[in-house]
Amino acid sequence: MSTDLKDRRGRSLTRRELLRLSPLLALGAFAIPKLQLPLLKSGVKFTDWASSKWFRRTHLAPTFADSELTPLAKFYVNTYDVDDPGIDLNSWVLKVSGDVQRPGDYTLAQIQALPKITHNTRHVCVEGWDAIVRFGGVRISDFLSYVGANRNSRFIYVECADDYYESLDMATALHPQSLLAYEMYDRPLTREHGAPLRLRLPTKIGYKSAKYLTTLKVTDILPKAGYWEDQGYPAYYGL
Amino acid sequence: MSETPAPSEPIENLPSPAPVPSALTENPPSPEAEVPRRPINVYEHPWPVRFCHWLNTVSLFILSASGLRIFLAFPSFGPKVPQKTLIHIPPALTLGGWLAGGLRWHLTFGWIYVATGLAYIAYEIFSGNFRQILFVPRDIPGVWPMVRHYFFFGRKPPETETYNPLQKLAYTSAILLGVLSVLTGMVLFNPVQFSFLAALMGGFHWARVWHFGILCALVLFVIGHLVMVILHGWNNFLSMLSGWKRDPQRLG
Repeated sequence: MSTDLKDRRGRSLTRRELLRLSPLLALGAFAIPKLQLPLLKSGVKFTDWASSKWFRRTHLAPTFADSELTPLAKFYVNTYDVDDPGIDLNSWVLKVSGDVQRPGDYTLAQIQALPKITHNTRHVCVEGWDAIVRFGGVRISDFLSYVGANRNSRFIYVECADDYYESLDMATALHPQSLLAYEMYDRPLTREHGAPLRLRLPTKIGYKSAKYLTTLKVTDILPKAGYWEDQGYPAYYGL
Repeated sequence: MSETPAPSEPIENLPSPAPVPSALTENPPSPEAEVPRRPINVYEHPWPVRFCHWLNTVSLFILSASGLRIFLAFPSFGPKVPQKTLIHIPPALTLGGWLAGGLRWHLTFGWIYVATGLAYIAYEIFSGNFRQILFVPRDIPGVWPMVRHYFFFGRKPPETETYNPLQKLAYTSAILLGVLSVLTGMVLFNPVQFSFLAALMGGFHWARVWHFGILCALVLFVIGHLVMVILHGWNNFLSMLSGWKRDPQRLG
C-alpha cells in the first residue's frame, strides 16, 4: 500500500518538491562579488527609506534629568582626524549659501541672539555606545527662518574645519530638537566637542552631528552624502 | 499527516497535506500478516514551511555573523569611558570586514528575516498548522517526562501528537525569540521612533543586552536542534528538503 520514494513516480514527486525550494538559490547572488556590494547597498538604501517613512517631526527624543547625565569627562570624544582643528574663534563665521534669501557670513553673536534651547538627550554612536548629554544652542529651524531658507529644499549640507562634511534631510533639520549647538553642559563647546558651533541631532546617529562647522548650504542636490556615508555607512540613519 | 494513498488515487494529489494533525495511530495488524510490511512515506513538511526554514537558516547565519561584527566595534555593555571589553570575539567568526560592512549585511538581511518570519507565521495561522507546534498549557505536564527521557535515560513517553511537548516548547520559544530579536533590533536601530518599545525593554542600553542575549538563546536552540536531527537520523533531515519522510513507525 506504500508509495515508495524509490519508484519512478515517487522520485519525480521528490524532484518536484525540491524544485519548489529553488527560488532560494537566488540568495547565491550575495556570494557573487560583482553583485554583492550593489545588493547590500540597496539593502541599506531601503532601510534608510523605511526609517525616513516612520520618522515623525512631532515625535520628540526622550529627555533626561540632570542627575542622569553622563559626566562630561566620561563623554567619549570621537573624531576621525584631529581633536582640535585649530579654529580662530575670534574670526570664525558660518558661511551660509544655497537656497536662502540672505546668504553670507554669520557670526556666533548673531546666532546666539536667536532663542536658546537646551536639552539632555541620548547621544547614540554607531559603534554601539551611548551617553546622556546636555547641549544648548539654537534650533536649526529658527536659524533657517533667520537666513530666509527655502524650507521646501531637500537637504542641509555642512562642511567642517577638519574637512569633515555631512548632509541632513530637511525633515530632520526642522525637528524641534535639532540644534546648532554652541554650548554643552551649560558652558561654551569645548574644542574637542566641536567649538564654536556643531550640529546636535537627538534623532540621528552620532556621526551626523558634525563638529566645527564652517559652512552651511541649503540645497536640493548633494555633492556628497557625508564623510562616513561615502564610505558605506547609512546616509539617513535616523534614530 | 496525510493518509497513505490508495494505489488508485492519482499521485498528483499527494502533496496536499491535511492541515490539522491527527494523532499518530498505529495501523491495526492486518489479517494478511505474512506480507512483509515496509515503512511508509508520509508528507511531513509543506513547502512554505521548508522554504521559510531554509531561508531563515541563511538569514540567521548572516545576521549572527554580521551582528558579531557590529558588536566588535564596542564589545561591552558598560560605559564607553572607561571601556571594559566584555567578550573577545574572533574576527574570523564575523561577517562584513568592518563596522560599515557588518551593518550593511545586518540591515539587508534583517528585512529578509522579518519577511520570512511574517510569511511563516501567516502560513502557520491560516493553514492551522500552528496547532502542531504551539506550546499550550496542556503540554506543560509532558515536558518533564521528555526531559527525563532525553537527558536522564528515562523511559520514552508515548507519542500522542506529531511533536512532543518538549519539541513544542522548543519551537514555540524559537519563534518567540525570533520576534523578540526583531523588536530589540528595531529599538537599537531607531530608539527614538520606537521609544515606547525601548521603555518596555528598560531603555536603549538594555535593548542591546537583550538583543545579544537572544542571539545566545537562538544559538543554544540551533545546537539543540542539530543534535536532535543527528540523533533522529537522516530521514528527518531529508524530509525538511523534500517534505517526505520515511517513517519506520508507520508500516504500510
